[in-house]
Amino acid sequence: MVTDAAILEAVGEVVDPEVPVLTIADLGVLRGVRHEGDEVVVTITPTYSGCPAMDLIRHEVELTLQALHVHGRVETVLSPPWTTDWMTEAGKAKLTDYGIAPPPGTSAPAPFPPSQSRANAPVLLQLSIRCPLCGSPNTSELSRFGSTSCKSLWRCNSCREPFDHFKAI
Amino acid sequence: MNDLLEYTLRLGDDALIAAQRTGEWIAAAPQLEEDVALGNIGLDQLGQARSLLQYAGSLDGRTEDELAYFRDEREFRNLQLCELPNGDFAFAMARLLYFATYQHLLYDELRSCADETLAGVAGKAVKEVAYHVDHATQWVLRLGDGTEESHRRMQAALDALWPYTAEMFASDDVVRQLSVAVDPSTLEEEWTRRVTAVIDESTCERPTSSYQHSGGRSGRHTEHMGYLLAELQHVARSHPGATW
Repeated sequence: MVTDAAILEAVGEVVDPEVPVLTIADLGVLRGVRHEGDEVVVTITPTYSGCPAMDLIRHEVELTLQALHVHGRVETVLSPPWTTDWMTEAGKAKLTDYGIAPPPGTSAPAPFPPSQSRANAPVLLQLSIRCPLCGSPNTSELSRFGSTSCKSLWRCNSCREPFDHFKAI
Repeated sequence: MNDLLEYTLRLGDDALIAAQRTGEWIAAAPQLEEDVALGNIGLDQLGQARSLLQYAGSLDGRTEDELAYFRDEREFRNLQLCELPNGDFAFAMARLLYFATYQHLLYDELRSCADETLAGVAGKAVKEVAYHVDHATQWVLRLGDGTEESHRRMQAALDALWPYTAEMFASDDVVRQLSVAVDPSTLEEEWTRRVTAVIDESTCERPTSSYQHSGGRSGRHTEHMGYLLAELQHVARSHPGATW
């Protein structure tokens, strides 16, 4: 009999194919494990609705269950919606080492107030995103959309290198 | 057709057809960052469409692929706004401003509805769509308050699409009878406030056309829909049952 903790530990080692230094446990994509009759159900949640990595992650989790000789399946849940707050501190450190600026400490409820005209809107201040390569806080956003749904594109004004930032959601 | 299925198809078809048009910009946008941005926005829309069509399919025993690839034009329930051909970049940004602002208000209400699946999809999507609204807003401001030529094109796009906006807020028996549905007529006032604030700031004029198209919700579409579906569906229909 494989314990739930052992199942969680094993499937938690499955990595995100887009950012292979992060496991699905680091990301908060792995939500839990439960039993339905004689079946084990592992639940995962996407970072974004259209995240194309989900199919591969599901498949890898299924293979891991098979390797453990556990009869089970994978279920995708949308609620509660994934947020960057669920990323572990270890995951954030791994991201920085990999060259991707991690999301800031807490996700903003909404990144900007779409209801307000810019002229009258309060100015939203955000802590600067540090360059993951040289550590400089002097960086600027090139595009809110990056190489995958979960990232935006930035440039360091000190070392001039472009880098990805895992954006808050 | 039951009301919940009908309502879910409306939401899902809006997202699917919007994704198809947004995706057409990939490798055709005016700059590399914009290719990436529109690729991501289209992917968000497609993800929402998949979740919604999977749910719709579960209500009447069809798969998301059967719904997307094997329905004909008259069975699609999307807004005509979503299916219009792309036009120039100003047109794409005007459409995204109108549509994403609508989706944002709708999903924001829907995420607290009593249907767990619809609430889950909406709770996920509302955060993505906030980025879409912001992206469209930035471009409408930049183009409207840009050069003489960009201003002219932005104004033309806002005007051309305005007659397709009332359809978003049309109320009918489906949304009135279905308790979990958001009656879209309740969103119109706030939508108008948000969109006109952006238009005013962009130095464009508020569109004045009073004529409004309708029909998408009952399967009556523009002449462009058939061509869109031909491109969307032809591989699946040429090789039915194929997997890869």
